[in-house]
Amino acid sequence: MKFLSDDSLDEGPESMVAIGDKKVSRRDFMKFCTAMAAVLALPETFAGTIAEAIEKKQRPYVVWLEFQDCAGDSESMLRASKPTISQIVLDVISLDYHETIMAPSGKQAEKSLMDVVKNQKGKYIAIVEGAIPLKDGGVYCCIGGRTALDIAKEVCGNAAFTINVGSCSCWGGIASANPNPTGAVGVGEAVPGITYVNLPGCPMNVENVTATIVHYLTFGNLPVLDSRHRPYFAHGKTVHENCERRAHYDAGQFVRQWGDEGHRQGWCLYEMGCKGPVAHFNCPSVRWNGATSWPVQGGHGCIACASDHNWDVAYPFYGRLPKVPGFGIESTADKIGAGLAAATAAGLLVHGIGRAISPKKDKEEGGE
Amino acid sequence: MKYERGRVYTWEFPVRFTHWINFLCVLALSVTGYYVGRPFIHAYSSTQYIMGWMRFIHFVAAYAFLMSIIIRLYWSLVGNKHACICEWLPFTGEKLKRVADDIKCYLFLSKSSCHVGHTALGGLTYLLLFLVFLFEVFSGFALYSVNHSGVIWALLGGWLKSIMELSTIRLYHHLFMYVILVFAMVHVYIAWFSDSRDKTGLMGSIFTGYKFIAEKDMKQ
Repeated sequence: MKFLSDDSLDEGPESMVAIGDKKVSRRDFMKFCTAMAAVLALPETFAGTIAEAIEKKQRPYVVWLEFQDCAGDSESMLRASKPTISQIVLDVISLDYHETIMAPSGKQAEKSLMDVVKNQKGKYIAIVEGAIPLKDGGVYCCIGGRTALDIAKEVCGNAAFTINVGSCSCWGGIASANPNPTGAVGVGEAVPGITYVNLPGCPMNVENVTATIVHYLTFGNLPVLDSRHRPYFAHGKTVHENCERRAHYDAGQFVRQWGDEGHRQGWCLYEMGCKGPVAHFNCPSVRWNGATSWPVQGGHGCIACASDHNWDVAYPFYGRLPKVPGFGIESTADKIGAGLAAATAAGLLVHGIGRAISPKKDKEEGGE
Repeated sequence: MKYERGRVYTWEFPVRFTHWINFLCVLALSVTGYYVGRPFIHAYSSTQYIMGWMRFIHFVAAYAFLMSIIIRLYWSLVGNKHACICEWLPFTGEKLKRVADDIKCYLFLSKSSCHVGHTALGGLTYLLLFLVFLFEVFSGFALYSVNHSGVIWALLGGWLKSIMELSTIRLYHHLFMYVILVFAMVHVYIAWFSDSRDKTGLMGSIFTGYKFIAEKDMKQ
């Protein structure tokens, strides 16, 4: 198969490189490898190492499971632009099962999944999108008559490793937000003992998924993970650290109201509740939709979508501090603090008056 | 004056020194911390560095505050009996009774008695305040450790992140500032109130170290 891009059309026939049984333009292929080295925070020279690994190794079998979710991670994958989805599917992996985009359906589809599980046992990669409900025996998410938990146990348990894409499969996502009616949890919690990588986000960033697989192909192991099983290359720094509006933060230029002068000037969204300072993600450097933009560039604060239980703990999304538990919903910490200070001042005033009107007792008893 | 008063060296230099370092730190930390939480000064140019300076002062003051706490803790081991941390602990029947007496006294329900060192209620207050200080230090370094990876930050507060969510840590770090400010108001008022009642030179004692105690109260 010939892989054409604008460049190769302009410049006529190019040297081609064979990836498995496919042929792609050498130029596109090297561009892809360089992009991957950049996402993995490797020096440019690693592009050659990556290229060699992808050329030589057999593309790994990948199955994509989908449970309690909105298919947002599949959407994110389909919108991959560098590399494109066709490059991912043709160059990097062999995607053998994906409910949303595969051609077969029904029993044929389930058979292709089971074929991979049986024939490639311990060698294939399982990608999971969506949370696994545990309540009431897991009845709230069933595919082909089997519960999500049952499928995950078999498919993830027999995989070389599992990549959890999106917050739902990492820690339960919005399905697990309070009060969590279906008892949704992430894959790591539902299927203990498996080797897995968490790539949270709502949705995950496809560049990080590809980079994780490329890392595995190139070095034979998984990237370095933090305590929440997230790769450091993607979740090692806060959004705030690399934010393009960081200079406005340090200067003291803040958006005070949606649509005000500061908002139009692109100032810092900190006061509007941006969770960038506590969210670990590489959004500012990798960005989204072909690196065209990302939430803060679009004028909206970060909601810490890749942080555990952000729906419950990063709330309010448009306020700096959470509401104080036990007080009215409108009570902010500062209102309570000011109230405390006022109450104290009043208390001291009353005490002082009390002292002023009853000084005689002390004096009579001989202090003076 | 009916009774002879003796001049008693109560607060040793390290106690007074750390007291005033704490005062300066709490002042600086509260102003800059409030700004970090709610940036109340508007910058008019991107060449300004207001948040940057506020955070810088906040971090430097935080280190000074931590050092002050360490010096004070050390002195509670080697200093005189009024500096001892045991003065803060109310966990004996006699101490608890004195706490109750002190409360009655401040509510004009009983007559006062003079003390050389802390009152029992004062000691208990400083114990609670010290715990608040410790929480502020740990939560502060927990927030700091978000952008500063390293063993020292993990030990000084990073461990808190495995117990509490970052947003919760930030909320309580902020709320306890008000607790400390309320303490400071009550602290100054009671010191002035006690001094004007008992004439022990309490207000001056934190500068000079000396209290003036009537002979009959000396034993306490």
